Amino acid sequence: MSTATAAAAAPESAAPPRRPGLLRTAWRYHRTKIGVVLTAAVLLVAVIGPFVSPYSPTAMAGTPNATGIDGALFGTDNVGRDVFSRFLHGGYTLVAIAVLSALAGVAAGAVVGIVAGYLRNWADELLMRTNDMLLAFPQLVLALLLLSILGPRVWLIVVIIAVSHANRVARVVREATLKVVEQDFIKSAEAIGVPRWRIMATEILPNITSPLLVELGLRITYSVGTIATLSFLGMGLQPPTADWGLMINEGRVAITVQPWAVVLPVAAVAVLTIGANLITDGLSRASIGIDRGVEK
Amino acid sequence: MTRLILYRLGYGVLTLFVVSLVVFGATQALPSDPAQAILGREAADPARLEALRQQLNLDQPLALQYWHWLAGAVVFDFGTSLAGGMPVAELLGPRIQASLTLMLITAVIAAPIAMAIGAFAALRRDRRFDHTSSMVTLVLAAVPEFAVGIVLILLLATGALQVLPAVYAGSSEDVLSSPDQLVLPVLTLGIAVSPPIIRMMRASMIEVLESEYVQQARLKGLPERTVIWRHAAPNAIGPVAQVIALQLGWLAGGVVAIEFLFNFPGIGKALMEAIEARNLPVIQAVTLLIAVVYVVVNLLADIVGLAANPKVRVSSR
Amino acid sequence: MSGNPQQEAELALSVQGLTVIGRPSDVEIISDITLTVRRGEICGLVGESGSGKTTLGLSLLAHCKRATEVAAGSVEVAGTDLAGLSEAGVRRLRGRAIAYIPQSPASALNPALRLRTQLTEALHSWNEEEQGGKADRVREVLREVALPDDDAFLARYPHQLSGGQQQRVAIAMAFADRPDVIVMDEPTTGLDVTTQAHVLETIRHRTRQHGTAGVYISHDMAVVADLADDIAVMYRGEVVERGKAAEVLADPEHEYTRRLLRAVPLLKTTGHAEPEDDGGEPLLQISGLQAGYGSTTVLHGIDVQVRRGECVALLGESGSGKTTLSRSVAGLHTQFSGGLLLDGEQLATSSYRRTAEQRRRVQYIFQNPYEALNPRKRVRDLVLAPYTHLMGRPEDPDAVVHEALERAALPASYAARFPDQLSGGERQRINIARAIATRPDLLICDEITSALDVSVQAEIVKLLRALQDDGMALLFVTHNIALVSNIAQKVAVLNKGEIVEYGPVGEVMSAPEHDYTRSLIADTPDFELSFGESPMHQGTQAPEKAAGQ
Repeated sequence: MSTATAAAAAPESAAPPRRPGLLRTAWRYHRTKIGVVLTAAVLLVAVIGPFVSPYSPTAMAGTPNATGIDGALFGTDNVGRDVFSRFLHGGYTLVAIAVLSALAGVAAGAVVGIVAGYLRNWADELLMRTNDMLLAFPQLVLALLLLSILGPRVWLIVVIIAVSHANRVARVVREATLKVVEQDFIKSAEAIGVPRWRIMATEILPNITSPLLVELGLRITYSVGTIATLSFLGMGLQPPTADWGLMINEGRVAITVQPWAVVLPVAAVAVLTIGANLITDGLSRASIGIDRGVEK
Repeated sequence: MTRLILYRLGYGVLTLFVVSLVVFGATQALPSDPAQAILGREAADPARLEALRQQLNLDQPLALQYWHWLAGAVVFDFGTSLAGGMPVAELLGPRIQASLTLMLITAVIAAPIAMAIGAFAALRRDRRFDHTSSMVTLVLAAVPEFAVGIVLILLLATGALQVLPAVYAGSSEDVLSSPDQLVLPVLTLGIAVSPPIIRMMRASMIEVLESEYVQQARLKGLPERTVIWRHAAPNAIGPVAQVIALQLGWLAGGVVAIEFLFNFPGIGKALMEAIEARNLPVIQAVTLLIAVVYVVVNLLADIVGLAANPKVRVSSR
Repeated sequence: MSGNPQQEAELALSVQGLTVIGRPSDVEIISDITLTVRRGEICGLVGESGSGKTTLGLSLLAHCKRATEVAAGSVEVAGTDLAGLSEAGVRRLRGRAIAYIPQSPASALNPALRLRTQLTEALHSWNEEEQGGKADRVREVLREVALPDDDAFLARYPHQLSGGQQQRVAIAMAFADRPDVIVMDEPTTGLDVTTQAHVLETIRHRTRQHGTAGVYISHDMAVVADLADDIAVMYRGEVVERGKAAEVLADPEHEYTRRLLRAVPLLKTTGHAEPEDDGGEPLLQISGLQAGYGSTTVLHGIDVQVRRGECVALLGESGSGKTTLSRSVAGLHTQFSGGLLLDGEQLATSSYRRTAEQRRRVQYIFQNPYEALNPRKRVRDLVLAPYTHLMGRPEDPDAVVHEALERAALPASYAARFPDQLSGGERQRINIARAIATRPDLLICDEITSALDVSVQAEIVKLLRALQDDGMALLFVTHNIALVSNIAQKVAVLNKGEIVEYGPVGEVMSAPEHDYTRSLIADTPDFELSFGESPMHQGTQAPEKAAGQ
C-alpha cells in the first residue's frame, strides 16, 4: 500500500440525514390524512357491516319503500327489505373484487412493463403493440361486451378488469423503467455480467416503487368505480345479492319517496373513491418530490 | 411529418380491424352456441332455435360469418334487429344523432371552462384558488360518473330543489326541443370529463412558466402579457389539446352509464336495451361503432400532438 | 478605486452590498456583494457549484427565481439604481441598459417561435426614428456574429440550428439594443473547443468595439484568465477576492483562490513519469478495431496498446467515438470487430460472454456520479457487488469493503451510508472503490471528472495517480486536453472515429503532427500557473515555469 494514499484520506463529513421514504412523505400532506380517514371509515362499514346488521339482506322488514318503520332505521327498499342491513352487507364483495383485480392488474402490468422497458427488443414492440390494440376499447364497453354474452360472473369481471388495468399499468411502468435504465448503475451491473432477470428484480424494481404505488392507488380507485358502474347497469352482481351499485339502480325509481335506499350506497361509493384518490394524490406528490433529483 | 401521419393512419386501420375481430369474436365465436345464449330459457323451443340459427347464418363456417358481417358493417348494414325486425342501421340512426348532440354540447361547454380553470390555477399557483380547485378536481375525478349523476339528481331534482327533471321523457328525434332535460346529463358528463383537462392545463402552464425560455423572455424586458400569450401559451397548448381529444374519445364510452341513468334515448341506452333483450346484431353494431369513434378520436389526438410540436412539424436541417 | 468622479462616470455597472435570501427559509444565498465594472472591460466571476454565481448574475437584471428575493443592496447600471424602479421601469431597462446571455441557448430560445420574432422583440425599447428600422438592425446584428442575415435564416426555428449557431443567436439578441452591460452565464458550456474559441473571440470583439461592460460568469478559470480584465472569486455566496486579473493570478490573497488556481490542470507539460518498460506483452492490445451502430460505422482501424501500470489517454470531442471505444473494451457495446486482446486472449464482444476472470481484470468507471450508484443500496453493498459476483462471497466482507474505501481515500464509516448522503466527489470515489475492490489490472475511466467541480477534479486525479503508482493500468477517456497532460503517459487523439495522432504526451503536446491536434491545442486556453508549486503538478515539469516569479 502506498503511503501517499493513506496520508490523503478525505476528511469525514457528518452524514446528512436521509430523505424520508415515500409513505412517510405522503403522510405529511393533509389530504393524505383525510383520505386515509375516509377510506378507513368505508372499509370498516364494508368489512364489519355484515356482522352487525340487524337483519339479513334478504329478510323482509316491512312494506316496500316505507320510511319511519320500527326497527328499520332508514326504511325499506323496493321489495320491503331493510335498507340499512342491505347497506351494511353491500360493500364487502365490491371492495374485495376491486382490490383483487387492481392487485392482479398491477402485478401483471408491472412485469410486462419492466420486461418491455428493459429488453427493448422485438419483445418490447410486440408487447406494446398488443397492448395498444387492447387499449382501443373503452374499459366499460369492453366489459359490457364480454359480460353480455358470457354472462355476469364474478371471476369474469375480475379477469376483464384486471386485464384492462394491466394494459394501462404496463404503459406507465415501461416509461418509468426507461428512465431508470438510462442510468449508469444498470450498465455497471451489465459490465460485471449480472444476469438480466436479476437486474430487473434487484436493480430496476426497487427504483420504480414510487410510480408503482401511485398506479396501485389509481387502479383501486378506478376498480371501485367501474365495478360499481357494472353493478348499477345490471352486469355485475345479480339480485338478490346486496351490493351498493345494484342498490342504487334498484332504488332510484322511488328516489323521491324513499331516498335512503339510494343515498346510503351512493355516499359509500363516493366517499370510498374520494378517499382512495386523495391517498393516491398524496403519494403522487410525495413521489414527485422524491424523484425531483439530487441536489448537487 | 406526413410520413408519421400516414404511419399512424395505417396503424389505426389495423387497430380497427383487430377491434372488429374482438367484437365478432366475443359475440359469435366465443359462446359455443350463440343462438342458445341469445334465447336463454326460450332455447327449449327447437323451432325458434333453428330459426335464429338461420337468421344469423350460424351454420356457416366462422370465417365466412365474419366476412359477411364485416362486409356489411363497412357499408353500415348491420343486419336486422332481433326485436322488431327493423334494419339495425335505421334503428340506430336517430340514437347516434342524439348521443352526438349530447357529446358535442358537453365538449363545447366543458373544454373551455376546464382550460380556463387550469390556466388560472397555474397563474395563481399555491394560492387559495389553486388549492380549492385542486381539491375539488380531485374529488370530482374520483367518483364514478353515474354516482355524480345520482348526487346531482338528489340535489337538483328531488327534495328541496326540484329544479330539473330527473328522467328524460321524450323521443330521440327532438332532443333539443326541451333543453331543461339536457341540463343534468350534460352537467354530469361535463363534470366527468373535465378533471384531466384541468390538471393537464395547470401542469402544462406551470412547466412552461418555469421554463428557461420564458425566463429569458422576461430577462429581455418583455411585458408580462406578451410573455404569457406569445411565449407561454403556444407551448402549453399542445399537451392539453391531446388530453381534450382523448377525453372526447372517452365520452363515446362514458355516455352509456349516463344515458342509462337519465333514460336518454341515445346509443348508450340502445346498447343496454339490446343487452337486456339479447339483441345480438344491435350489440355488435353499437360496440363496434363506439370502438371506432374511440380509435378515430385517439388517432386525431396523436396527430394533434405531433402537429403542435414544432420540432416534428418542421424537420431539423 | 474610490471617489474619482471621472472614473466613476465610466462605471457601467456598480453593485453595492447586494444580498439575496431564500423564502421562507431566510437563508442568505449571496451576501453583501460589491462589484464594479468599467465600460469596455470584462469582469470574470469565478466560482464552483453552490457559490451563488448564477443567482448573482440574475439579480443584476433585478430578476429573482421563485422563492428568492433581494434583501439589501443596490445595483446601478449606467447610473440608474434598478432597485428604485417600478416593475415597468425595470422591464424597460432590460435589453436596453443590461442584457443577459444564458447558459444553455437550446433551452433559452423558445422552440415555438421563429428567429425573426425572437430577435425583433429584443428591440422593444428601440426608437425607429432616431436609430433606423428594426429589421435593418436585426440583420446588422446577425452579420456581427457571422451568421447569415437572409430571410430564409430568419424564418428558421431554433431546433434547426447547431449548438454554436444557437449561442451566436443568443449573443446577437443580447447585443441588439446596444446595452451598457452584458451578463454572460457560462455561455460556452457544452460547446466544443473550436466553437468555444470563436464564441469567446466574438464576445471580446463586441465588448471592445461597443464599449459594453461584460460580466462573464464561469467555473472555468482557464477561460476567465484568458478573457477577463478583472477577476472576482465567489465562494459560498460571498466575493472572497477581487482585483485586476494579472494581480489575482500572480498573487492571490485568499486561501480559496489559491486552492482553485492550483487545481487547474496545466496544458503544456511533459506528462506523468513513465513506468519501467519491462518489454513484455502489453496488457491490452487493440488492433484494427471497427465499431458501429446499426448500419453506421463509428470507429475504424483503431490500434492502441496499454502496458501494465501505464496510463493511456483517449482524447476526443463529442462525436469522435471515444465512448464507443471504451464501451467496446468493457463489453458494453457489442457491435464491433477486430483484435481486442487482454494478455494475449481475445475478449468476447459482450461482457456476458466473457469469463468471470476477464471481467474481474477489466473494470469500468462511469462519468456521472449521480447515476452510477443504485440509490436504494448502501455503500457497503454497492462496493461488494462486483466482488461477490465475480469472485464469490469473501470470508470477511467488511475487510474487503474497508480496504477498498481506504484505497479510495474515504473513511470506513461511509460503508453504512446511502448515495444521497454523499457529495459528487465522494460518490465518484465510491465508484472507484467499487471498481478496485476486485483488484483489476485495467481501469477504464470514462470522463469521470467532467461532472465535478475543478477542485474536486484535482482530488480525483491525485487518487488516480496514486493507484497508478501501485501498478494499475488506466485507459483514460476525456475531452479535456489539459487533464491529459496531468495524468497520462501516452495519448491517442480521436477525430471522427479514427486515431489521428498517437504518442507520448510530452511529444504530442509540444510538437503535434496532425492538423486536428494542432488546432485543438491552439484553441484551448493556455493556463499558466504563475505562483507557487502545486501538489497536482508534482512529477510533471511545465517547461520554463519555475516556482514563484
